[in-house]
Amino acid sequence: MTGQREPAVGRRLPLIDGIEKVSGRAIYTADLPAHALVGRILRSPYSHAELLGVETDAARALPGVIAVITGADCDKTFGVLPITMDEYPLARERLRYRGEPVAAVAAVDEETAERALALIQLKVRELPAYYSAAAARAPDAVRLHDKRAGNVLREVHDEFGDTAAGFACADLVREARFRYAEVAHGQIEPHAALAEYDAERERLTLHSVTQVPYYVHLMLAHCLDIEESRIRVVKPFIGGGFGARVEPLNFEIIAALLARAARGTVRLNLSREETFLTHRGRPETGIHLKLGMTRDGRLTAAACDTVQRGGAYSSYGIVTILYGGALLHGIYDIPAVKYDGCRVFTNTPPCGAMRGHGSVDARHAFESLLDTMAAELGLDPFAVRRANLLTTPTKTANGIVVNSYGLPECLDRVQNASGWRQRKGRLPPGRGLGMACSHYVSGAASPIHRTGEPHAVVELRLDFDGGITILSGAADIGQGSSTVLVQTVAEIVGVDLGRLRVISADSAVTPKDNGSYSSRVTFMVGNAAIDAAEKLRDLLLAAAARRLASRADLIERVGERFRVSGAEGPGLTFREVAAAALAEGGSITVKGTFTVPIEYQGGKHRGGAVGATMAFSYAAQVVEVEIDPDTGMVRVEKVWVAHDCGRAINPLAVEGQVQGSVWMGMAQALGEETRYEDGLPLHASLLGYPIPTIVESPPIEVHIVECLDPNGPFGAKEASEGSLAGFLPAVTNAVADAIGLRMTELPITPDRILEALARKRRERRIAAARETVA
Amino acid sequence: MSLILSLTLNGRPRTDLVPDNLLLIEYVRDVAGLPGTKRGCDGGECGACTVLIDGEPRHACLTLAARCDGQHVETIEGIGSPGRLSPLQRAFHEKLGTQCGFCTPGMIMAAEALLRRTPSPDEAQIRAALAGNLCRCTGYIKIIESVQAAAENAS
Repeated sequence: MTGQREPAVGRRLPLIDGIEKVSGRAIYTADLPAHALVGRILRSPYSHAELLGVETDAARALPGVIAVITGADCDKTFGVLPITMDEYPLARERLRYRGEPVAAVAAVDEETAERALALIQLKVRELPAYYSAAAARAPDAVRLHDKRAGNVLREVHDEFGDTAAGFACADLVREARFRYAEVAHGQIEPHAALAEYDAERERLTLHSVTQVPYYVHLMLAHCLDIEESRIRVVKPFIGGGFGARVEPLNFEIIAALLARAARGTVRLNLSREETFLTHRGRPETGIHLKLGMTRDGRLTAAACDTVQRGGAYSSYGIVTILYGGALLHGIYDIPAVKYDGCRVFTNTPPCGAMRGHGSVDARHAFESLLDTMAAELGLDPFAVRRANLLTTPTKTANGIVVNSYGLPECLDRVQNASGWRQRKGRLPPGRGLGMACSHYVSGAASPIHRTGEPHAVVELRLDFDGGITILSGAADIGQGSSTVLVQTVAEIVGVDLGRLRVISADSAVTPKDNGSYSSRVTFMVGNAAIDAAEKLRDLLLAAAARRLASRADLIERVGERFRVSGAEGPGLTFREVAAAALAEGGSITVKGTFTVPIEYQGGKHRGGAVGATMAFSYAAQVVEVEIDPDTGMVRVEKVWVAHDCGRAINPLAVEGQVQGSVWMGMAQALGEETRYEDGLPLHASLLGYPIPTIVESPPIEVHIVECLDPNGPFGAKEASEGSLAGFLPAVTNAVADAIGLRMTELPITPDRILEALARKRRERRIAAARETVA
Repeated sequence: MSLILSLTLNGRPRTDLVPDNLLLIEYVRDVAGLPGTKRGCDGGECGACTVLIDGEPRHACLTLAARCDGQHVETIEGIGSPGRLSPLQRAFHEKLGTQCGFCTPGMIMAAEALLRRTPSPDEAQIRAALAGNLCRCTGYIKIIESVQAAAENAS
């Protein structure tokens, strides 16, 4: 008799595609073998201009040039949100940022393509350009988009509860202004696409670095004006995403347009600089926050005013500005919350979604001011958070249901692990401890396209070989979603992991999936996989029952074997049962689906769909810093983080996700920022954009808190984003603890720390001088 | 202008006619057909293309193929014995030193150079040896653990 199988769920399983990655066999988009033409994009050297003409005759005449395309080749706009499709793949009539694609070339080699680009002439009339939200909103500013008065994409004004009354009954009301630099994803794989156009059959195949093959598919069909059935989109191995690739991007459509124009195959590998220009990062943001608190630390009201510099096109802008308000809810019990948001168009590369989408800067402001006020009232930072915990299950003021809430345990875990009680306030000069909390959605509950289809579909196929193939459109971009699927199916069907393989994200084979964004995959695709696996399991149990002349509910599993409960003998092997099941009608395909019930899809107010989710993850973290007063350098000594991801389906992968997420928060807090001079990016390389190296990266101790969610697969919630936002306030709170400075402008580079220290010394001298005079 | 390049690639001698301005990364990927060496930046910024030249970690994107004449070049495809992961590869796999995997070949090559020189490195030596290799996924913690595990398993 074989023994009990080790449970697949909860196991520290290495990634199922890890062997390919460590051996160099993983094939990424730029590695795909193809006899392809080389594609190159001509980009706007102007920040803002009317485009009067694009002269391409000389480029077309160059030997070796196969195709040249311009805005004239596509008059369709695209965009991820159906209500704000405002980008052309190649600019028409107007250039709105330096680096915007204007024309593209397919040539026999790189050198020829480069020479062709140099031969293209642009005729323009320059317009005034705006690089800050304030400049773009000035009354006399030229509109970037004719329909967008004041260069405003969207204003949001929400109030839940009575904030005026909340502030009136507070013992302490404080407000503060914060400013956050724009940051970028910095995934190590540059953008790339391979487009194959079969001119005889009028069919297109696109391989791309996307996190959302389905949305890319839709926009290719739209921009090329061909039916979706003539298009195949495939996602190879992907070298990271972090939100950079959660929408159709211009280069993907350009590659397809070029391939069609060239009647062949075109490879478009973007440089690192072009990858930065494609952007979609987290916007430069200004926040004015006001909080009211009672003497014992209870929040009475919050009012948050946010302005985001969105860049030249909408992208996810409406969602980002709405998230900023929606995610003020769902973490603490606040009686009244007011939010005013404004998303502004500027002549900079378009911002989009980035890990922790919409929540990060607002969470910093909130947790910073909370800390300041706690200190003023003589309350411990942990105590003030505990004073405001939710009682669950609950429905937030903005209509989001919260069923599982591991924040209290997260607080306990990091407080104990960091030795907070013994060490806080007793560290040597220049050292400090800070803490903060954060949360994030486990999948946006409302789909971007309301097609009525399920939110996730997974198919399982069992055939003569006894292998089970998992077919999923979910895009594994390194986060390990395919591994989670294997563990889920193995657990339910009751088979060894070796029987399973995953084919993911190939539109010719796999069911449609909305993609890897908003931390939706484990929750939604995981639930769909459970549904499919249960169907397959039931088919197998029924087949076993027939062979054993018993009833399905009497069949028990021992290892992979099936036998009648309590009966002697070896029972049936998996292969025998599979053969019995297949005898009915050959290969078996089952399908599982998942749809978020309508009551979880958010409040009825305008924009209420954003922020709505079936479950929040929660995190608390403590950060220890040391600051060198001579250089202004902030060194992170250690981070203790507790993350409530519900059931950890793969604790090894959860640790990896939480560490990466906290670390990315550190990168934003300490140094990363995009910088533009007259719209020209100064940061567009991995030297100009200071991604932390291994030398300055601290130990991050992860504590997994498993507060099971009733709707999650095995109780699981998201693990990849929720702990990012907490790092920023935890580190600035630690800086305040170490040297008494409240940093409100991020990143806290050495320059900013030194400036703040100098300001503090000056203020002290002035105060001392005044005292002497008095 | 083209010239004749003779070198040892992953233990096998080979000779090719190559342009004199061909970069080693292009030689490895396009001429030799080994795509494991990755291009992550516009030159010398990220370390994803790290290969070993006579045992020393080098950026293949900053090296002319022609200057490797007579030298031993090793890429991720040549590490370990055929069909078997090397101790470093196994450790990166099992300890989750890789997530998206794009920086992984370069990271493993840089670590390989370290372990050949220093079979039992301390954490500071690991950090110093991998300082030129950027990873955006892991926060480097599990990368350090992977190198430590490989060093322990090999000793």
